[in-house]
Amino acid sequence: MMQTQEITLNMGPQHPSTHGVFHILLKLDHEVIREATPICGYLHRGIEKLAEARTYTQIIPYTDRMDYLAAMLNNTGYCMTMEKLMEIEVPERAEFIRVICNELSRIASHLIAIGTYSVDIGGITGFMYCLRDRELVMDLFEEICGSRMTFSYMRIGGVAEDMPEGFLEKVLKFVDYMPSAIDEYDGLITGNEIFQARTKHVGIIPPEVALNYSLSGPILRGSGVDWDLRKKRPYSVYDRFDFEVPLGTRHDCFDRFTCRMKEMRQSLRIIRQAVEQMPEGPVMAKVPKVIKPPAGDVYLEIEGAKGMLGYYIVSDGSNKPYRVHVRRPSYINLGYLSELCKGWKIADVVAILGSLDIVLGEVDC
Amino acid sequence: MPGKEMTVIIEEIREKFAGIDVDEKMTVTVPAADLLSLMRELKENPEYDFNFLTSLTAVDYPEHFTVVYNLISFRHGHTLMVKVKIEDKEEPAAPSLTPLWGGANWQEREVYDLFGITFTGHPNLRRILLDDDFAGYPLRKDFEWEGGRV
Amino acid sequence: MVENIFTSIAGSLRSVIDAAGAPLLLNDISVVLLKVVAILVYILVSALWLVYMERKICAYIQARIGPNRVGPMGLLQTAADIGKLIAKEIIIPRAADKVVFLLMPVLIFVPVLLLFAVVPFGKDMIAVDLNIGLFYFFSIASLSTIIFWAGGWASANKYALIGSMRAVSQMLSYEIPMILALLGVVMMTGSMKMSEIVNAQQHIWFVFTQPLAFIIYVIAATAETNRTPFDLLEGESEIIAGPFTEYGGMTFAMWFLAEYGNVVLVSALATTAFLGGWLAPFGWTFIPSWVWFFLKLYLMIYVLMWFRWTYPRIRVDQLMNFGWKVLVPLTLANIFVTGVGMYIYRAIGW
Repeated sequence: MMQTQEITLNMGPQHPSTHGVFHILLKLDHEVIREATPICGYLHRGIEKLAEARTYTQIIPYTDRMDYLAAMLNNTGYCMTMEKLMEIEVPERAEFIRVICNELSRIASHLIAIGTYSVDIGGITGFMYCLRDRELVMDLFEEICGSRMTFSYMRIGGVAEDMPEGFLEKVLKFVDYMPSAIDEYDGLITGNEIFQARTKHVGIIPPEVALNYSLSGPILRGSGVDWDLRKKRPYSVYDRFDFEVPLGTRHDCFDRFTCRMKEMRQSLRIIRQAVEQMPEGPVMAKVPKVIKPPAGDVYLEIEGAKGMLGYYIVSDGSNKPYRVHVRRPSYINLGYLSELCKGWKIADVVAILGSLDIVLGEVDC
Repeated sequence: MPGKEMTVIIEEIREKFAGIDVDEKMTVTVPAADLLSLMRELKENPEYDFNFLTSLTAVDYPEHFTVVYNLISFRHGHTLMVKVKIEDKEEPAAPSLTPLWGGANWQEREVYDLFGITFTGHPNLRRILLDDDFAGYPLRKDFEWEGGRV
Repeated sequence: MVENIFTSIAGSLRSVIDAAGAPLLLNDISVVLLKVVAILVYILVSALWLVYMERKICAYIQARIGPNRVGPMGLLQTAADIGKLIAKEIIIPRAADKVVFLLMPVLIFVPVLLLFAVVPFGKDMIAVDLNIGLFYFFSIASLSTIIFWAGGWASANKYALIGSMRAVSQMLSYEIPMILALLGVVMMTGSMKMSEIVNAQQHIWFVFTQPLAFIIYVIAATAETNRTPFDLLEGESEIIAGPFTEYGGMTFAMWFLAEYGNVVLVSALATTAFLGGWLAPFGWTFIPSWVWFFLKLYLMIYVLMWFRWTYPRIRVDQLMNFGWKVLVPLTLANIFVTGVGMYIYRAIGW
């Protein structure tokens, strides 16, 4: 009498598709998943604890290392939270520079998301093309702050330095070139039937479930919920720009993927408008050398590349924070993974995890 | 439909729940016993409709723990910060919000892992970021560790 | 002269041995040995070349350059790789079945070598012109399925187990459309002899009279050789390397060389059955027949490599659906239409 057996498979921590050191314990019935238990924490570095022993400006490099694929956004979130606590007004030029850097960072993050998703599904060529274009963004960042990945460019009260000569022309050149590259990805990846067969109707997240599980970012918008903090709670100077928020209709992996593609195009629009509207002026507000905010707490969220990125800072009046907590979108989005994987096949786990677009630095903090 | 102003909402909750405190930044502090009913009221009352739990964390003060919740109402656009003070520093416990929001699941596990606060009613309260057999709760102020800057 | 270079070498060998007064049997055996040596040399050289070709094509499709350091234009890259792999330690997992584990990479070459015997490299240049050449081809080709499966099973690794199960289901499922697609060709030729199939294409190549069969054959061949989009066997991003996960060093190299051997074989069959084999198009016989054969062969291999670097990977249940519910009915329809067409042509007296 033939018997089948459930096997336990360890996907990770060393695995090509888990986007970092991440471990999923799968209970399989041949190829079908009965249970998926995500185990994270392999990259936990205790950033929140370390932050309690550093001055407020010394924490800025830590924020880079969390979501290292979109580091400008992390920096901006932290600095904006501190500015809210200390009631500092950031000069306009700095706000516009911040917007340009944020949107470039968002594009860089989405390029990795799309490229690695293509590799996970099997089309390695898509990854190479995305990285080739990400190099252009990295070159722009190197011009403005000297670093390609961990920028620490934002300061509490503005940005560290003004843009170099000719930077805006280079940004415009990139913005002119990029839509043709996105068209190329659309042809190679999005339009490919095998890719669509692997991602359509897979990993469906209904909108009520997405809200219940605190999912945010392209995942929430892929599930049809119109919530983008840049539109709903405009911060910085985002209310001066004209852009759209793409939404999904089928709530599946393919929708989340196309949301990211379309968001890249919208980011390019924002960058172009920011370059055109760039004012003159200082790039840093009058902020004391030693930052001692008033005692109290503050919570602020911005729209990060992977979801809503929030910072909760408790200050006791000294130059070091009492508590820093980061609301990390990848961590919270990952909470739904075990429910989402049930009943799908191993190949689908890879597709679903890729569509959630996590970065382990942010998950583990 | 235009919802009520935050000040009006705060007044109404103050009437409904006697034990709460509101400070000048409109942060609500509620005793642990009323937490679940307050959250349920905030979530399910359509005039408040705080349907999104965006952040759940904790702070270790000298005399007590505080668990901090941040809620968003998508329909009305309001945000609200709710705090719960836990006086017992030996065996801190708070009610779990997992019956209301699935998003509380992992965030409460993180708070348990790093602070040691037990959430009663949580379906799977295990360590998440640290080793399963890790001793101690690192984010507490009295956590002893070797080396590094103080 | 160039056309007959190989047959004339064999002929002169025969005359040398005859002149030495050896019995006929020795004469035959020596010619057979010569053919075996020639095929082995060809396989080894072609494996080296194919690895390089794949890497260069992959690189150019991906907007990179590929190997360009070792040797002129990187031509010696594969030699360097083989040297490195030979020097590596072969790690055998403790729980693995040692004998089977080490035997499988060796055995995987057996079908490859056996099948090169019936490949028509040029006019009168087929090692053994069997009456049932095509039938022999398919029966030996299906042996590689069990060798893949045994390699994964003997590794005592769950990823290898999943990979080898996928191997069995995939390779078995796609042999049916492959064989059925070629049935149309057999019907039009009237024989399974390889040289007959090539001769039957003197007026028009079968790719024009059997286009559907050609397309289905190419798809099934991609699936048989475990190449993308059907490479879920070694779906790198999911099950690491499938049945090859535990193999390191030279054992790993043997699996991949055998895979390239399979690629050459299915492309050779496509060339023979559909692209006219060694026949010259437009009557350009100033180029020798074996050169035409190799040109067409490498064109087919290029197409297979092009697929690999463009398409993502299909999922296992979609693979089975596609093979059984789409390809098999299409091939049966093709056979039906071919039969009806042939009957009508004969009736009209075309």
